[in-house]
Order: sequence, then C-alpha cells, then structure tokens
Amino acid sequence: MKIKKLSLALAAVFALGAGGAQAATDIQWWHSMTGANAEQINSIVNKFNASQSDYKVVAVFKGQYADSMTAAIAAYRSGKAPDIVQVFEVGTATMMAAGKAIKPVYEVMAEAHEKFDPKAYLPAVTSYYSDTKGRLVSMPFNSSTTVFFYNKDMFKKAGLDPNKPPKTWDEVEADALKLKSAGIACPFTTAWQTWVQLENMSAWHNVPFASNQNGFGGMNTKLEFNNGVMVRHIAKLSSWVKSGLFIYAGRTSQPDAKFSGGDCAMYTGSSGIYGGTKANAKISFGVSQLPYYEDVKGAPQNSIIGGASLWVMGGKKPIEYKGVAKFFTFLSSPEIQAEWHQKTGYVPITKAAYELTKKQGFYETNPGTDVAIQQLSLHTPTVNSKGIRLGYFPQIRTILDEELEAVWAQKKGPKQALDDAVERGNAELVKFERANKKGAR
Amino acid sequence: MEKRTQFPVGWLPYALVAPQLAITIVFFIWPAAQALWQSLLVQDAFGINTEFVWFENFQVLFADETYLDSFRVTAVFSTLVATLAFGMALALAACCDHVLRGARAYQTLIIWPLAVAPAIAAVLWAFMFNPSIGILAHGMMLLGYDWNHLLNSGQAMSLVVISAVWNRMPYNFLFFLAALQSIPKSMIEAAAIDGAGPLKRFATIAFPLLSPTSFFLLVVNLVYAFFDTFGTIDAITGGGPMRSTTTLVYKVYQDGFKGLDLGGSAAQSVILMAIVIALTVVQFRYIERKVQY
Repeated sequence: MKIKKLSLALAAVFALGAGGAQAATDIQWWHSMTGANAEQINSIVNKFNASQSDYKVVAVFKGQYADSMTAAIAAYRSGKAPDIVQVFEVGTATMMAAGKAIKPVYEVMAEAHEKFDPKAYLPAVTSYYSDTKGRLVSMPFNSSTTVFFYNKDMFKKAGLDPNKPPKTWDEVEADALKLKSAGIACPFTTAWQTWVQLENMSAWHNVPFASNQNGFGGMNTKLEFNNGVMVRHIAKLSSWVKSGLFIYAGRTSQPDAKFSGGDCAMYTGSSGIYGGTKANAKISFGVSQLPYYEDVKGAPQNSIIGGASLWVMGGKKPIEYKGVAKFFTFLSSPEIQAEWHQKTGYVPITKAAYELTKKQGFYETNPGTDVAIQQLSLHTPTVNSKGIRLGYFPQIRTILDEELEAVWAQKKGPKQALDDAVERGNAELVKFERANKKGAR
Repeated sequence: MEKRTQFPVGWLPYALVAPQLAITIVFFIWPAAQALWQSLLVQDAFGINTEFVWFENFQVLFADETYLDSFRVTAVFSTLVATLAFGMALALAACCDHVLRGARAYQTLIIWPLAVAPAIAAVLWAFMFNPSIGILAHGMMLLGYDWNHLLNSGQAMSLVVISAVWNRMPYNFLFFLAALQSIPKSMIEAAAIDGAGPLKRFATIAFPLLSPTSFFLLVVNLVYAFFDTFGTIDAITGGGPMRSTTTLVYKVYQDGFKGLDLGGSAAQSVILMAIVIALTVVQFRYIERKVQY
C-alpha cells in the first residue's frame, strides 16, 4: 500500500516537472490593429513563434490607440503591464517622459547584444522617435502618412480624367464642383482632420506647428498653427462645408467607410487604409500626393508620419527583454517589413525593405502604393517637417477637433477658432510640463 | 421616553453584515477615498512624479470655461431625460391600466427596450440617425430637413436624449403600472359614480396615491441621467460637436482617460459626488414630506 502511494506520488511529481522545464517565456504585446492589419500581425507573431522555441509572443488587441495606451498606463500602475505596447505617435511625448515606466529600445537591444543600427531606418521615421541624443527610444513599426485617395468611377461619371488626380487645392475645388454638378453628394471628405489638415498641411507647406522646432527642442513650447497659411486653408475648407463640397463625417477614422463604401469621391486619409480598401471595397480607386497651395514658397516639402511605434515597458525580467530584442530584430528584417508594407499600406520603415519591395516589382503591379514613402522622403525634413512632439497631444487634438467643428458649423471664424485652440492648447502644454518635471528625456 | 428591549446578540449580527460591509468598503468607500486623495495631487500619467497641491485642481476647474459649460449641458440633459422618461412612462402606464383587450401585449412591447444594454441601444439609434446611411435621417432628408448630428449641437443633444429616454422609460413604466394596479378599484368606481371623467379621476385620485413611487423614480432617474448615461453619450457623439453633449460625468472620463490629467479628473469626480449627494439630501428632506404613504 505504502509503496503504491509513494510511486504514484513520485510519478505525479515527475510528470509536473517534465512539463514545466521547457516552458517558453511569454512576451505580451498589446496592439490596436483591426481587420486586415490584425491578420497580418497574427501571421507575423505565428511566424516568429514557429521559428524558435525560447520565446512566445502573445499579441492581444486592446482597443483603439487611445484606449490601449490608457490601459497600459493603468496596468503599469497596478504592476501588470505588458512587455510591448503599441502607442500612437501623439503619445510619444508622454511615453518619453515616463522615466522608469518604459525601457528605451536602444538599451533593450544593446543589453541583448542584438545588432541595431538606427541608420538602417527611414530618416522621417527615426527623427520622430529619437531622443535629443539621436537614440531610438521606441521601435518604429507601423508608420503611415496621409495621402490623397480618389474614386475613379466617380471621376469618370463627372467627366474627369480618372488618371489625372488634382495636384493643388484649387484643382481639388474645381474637380469637387464638377463632381457636385454630376450629382455626387459628397465630393470630398477627410479622416483625422487635425492630423491631415493642420499637422500635415503645416509640414507640407513648411510652416511651424509649434515653437521649439515643433516641440523637439525641449520644454516651454508654444503652439503656432494660427498662422496665415493655416487660417487660409481652414477658411477654404469652411467655405466648402457651406457649399456642400466637403461633408464632415467624424473626427478620426469614421470617415474611412464613406470613401471605401463609395459615398465620397475624394478623400485625404491614412495610407494605412490601402490594404483593407483594396481587399474589401468594391470601388476602383487611385492614390496620389497630397494637394498643396502653389503660391506658398517651399510647398510641397514633405509629409510627416502617423501610425504608431512599439514601446517596451519597464520593470520586466531580463529574460523577457532578451525575447523582446529578438522579436524586434525579427520584425525589422527586410522580408517581414516588406510583407507588412505590401499587405497593409504602412510605409516600409527600413531602407532594405523598400529596396526589396522595389526589386519584387510590387510598385509596378500596384500603382499608388509608393506614394506614401515618396511623400515622406520628398525633401530633407526641415525643423517644420521633422514631426511634432507635444505633451498631452491627444488632448490638444481634441481641442482642435472641437474648434474645427465650430468652424464647420459656421459658429466661429477660422482665425478665431485657431486662436482659441492655440490658447487652450498652450494651457495643456503648461500643465504637462508641470506634471512631468523630473522624467523628461 | 421610549423603553426598548435589549436582546443579548453577541457577534452574530456583525458577522452577517460583514460581507456586505466589505463589498461596500472595497467598491465604494475605497475608490471614493482614492479620488479624494488624487484630487489634491498633480501627477504625471504613470504616477511617478507626484506633487501635493491642496485645492489648486479645484481652483483651476472653476476658472475653466469648458467645465462651467458642462454644468449647463448636464442640467439641460438630465432635466430633459428625467422629465421625458417620467412623463412618457406615466402616460403609457395610465393608458395601459385603462385598456381591456391586449393589455399583456402592450406591456410586453413597452418593457422590451429595458432589456437592451445602454451602449447597444445608443449604437442602434446612432445607426438609424446616421447622416449618410441612417434610415431615419434619410426619411428626414426626403421631408426637407437636413439631419447631421455630427455638426449640429441641438440635434446631437436630441439624439442622446432620445436614446437615453427610450432605454429608461420601461423601468419607470413598470413601477407606475404596478402602483396604478394597487389602487383600490372601489375608489375609482366611487369617483366615476360621482361623475368624474378619466382625467379628473387620474389627477385627483391616482396621481396623489402614486406619490411614493413618483418620488422614488425621480431620485433614481436623476442619478441615472447623471451617471448611467455615459455609455449612451460615448457611443453616439463622443462628447458631441463642440462639447455640446459633454456632461459632467463624460468630462471626467475625457480629462482622466483621454487627457491623462488624473488630478483634474479626480477633482471633477469629487465635485460630481458632492452634487449628487446634495440633490439626494434635498429630495429626501423636502420632497419626501409631501409624499403620502
């Protein structure tokens, strides 16, 4: 009896032991990708997990960018943060000022002895996510820029040449009038109105969005987007709302459906919607460069990135950081990046991935997919077009959204709205500097 | 002087109450205390840098135009929601009580909206009123009325009110129906014999006897309009064109979770808690006196 019990117990212990010894280290990755992009993420993660057995990346969808960032912050406060979190570009200042809550990517890669050369990445991308010493603090992953989409069927219907998209804002207006008289109810709409029409238009025309090199230069930044070029642009869009050429459809990505569903003819939105639109929409569409004002000197300069990057949270075990470093090396390999770029519409963030895609002849078979990267590298970025780094940027965007809505509803003039936005936004910047005195990088 | 009999009870009553007390403390007292503490701090999003600032967060709030504006929005919104949900439920309950055939069917249909979760109800209404694909928006366009609640603040407010009232009205209806059915038939018949018409009978007999129920529903509806409508507002307008549907509770969420300003958001929470406590005290002190049990 006793021997039977003892052998049973020993067998149980060995069984448990045998199972436990080979467990791979879990790497939690919180992301905000949906649809076709989410499928791509899962495919990348599966490939990485299959290629080695030491680490297992677990990709979890945590809601939209703002929600997942808030979730990561709350998780950190309760000691349950993930290893990697995908944070949108406007959260960069908050994450950079986070002190020991994050671990900079250059540190992670150096400690794991992984080869990591920032020069292999696109300048437009590294400048956005580097600290004042030129070191990459977060890992670039999905960078997009805003491009111009147009519905070729609707162009044909209005008697416009479907292979000649408008180049300047005046041409857009002329085409919109023709589209409207051909019976199209929505000639133009835009997604992410603050990102496209203010942030990118400032960079595109080489005018400053904020002082201190758009916030890169350090503290005590003040907003400067209430200048003549921007007031003129918002005034033009406001007149379009009044005459029915511009149908306002929402603050962020809600208007995407209006273009891919065939409602609106012309659309400025993220290059990242290319993949989903190509796969699922029933329209024939084209992609071209953002419109500009010809009479503004220096336009078009270059556009700035949107999208997100991957941040590594602090306070994790060294073996998890090793796994993160290995995963990042895998993610930045030319093949993975090239496939990610081709399937989604985000730009290839490494030069090698861009060259590989060119060699594969992808841009010939898919015209328009290289517009994004060409826009980003049109000219060497100036201090006005390197990017924007502001504290409490999501809140500043909300303020701008509210003021722009007041303009579209014809309740405020463009100059008044932009002045009010600058005043309210500056208050947010002061609050941020007050709260983040010690942690800034 | 009243003489009360004391029974020896030992530890049993305390042990029985302890679980409920524990829940109340963990889920209500502790978060409230934490909000009170956080409202006195200025800190960064991750909680690494903390500065104790006394009542500065409150001072900043009351100097902020947008915060004072949200008071006005909340007052308008909760008045509309409370009165409409209350009034419609009362009217429907009175009619349902009066009807003879198919009363069950009417009751079932009227109670169904209560089963829909607020956020889902909000999405359904937003879908129907969507300026480009909504069926009701399309109908209004055919009648010549341009509906775009993404730009028009009055329309945005109307839409959130409609959704909140539609979702809440059955709850009030249930209570009113039960209360109406508990009124003794003899009273109604006596009044009818004396020559009172249905409206007069309702006003002089039914309504005063409904006062306990009305009082309860008034309190509960106000709390609902202040707090439980968050999902509705978030799903339909996200704070609305130019903050026209940003109620106090929505602003707490926006400033705390989107703006990452935890001190300011906690201060708003504290003020909101004080307002609702004050309202409830006022209601119990003054209006309850008029209730006839």
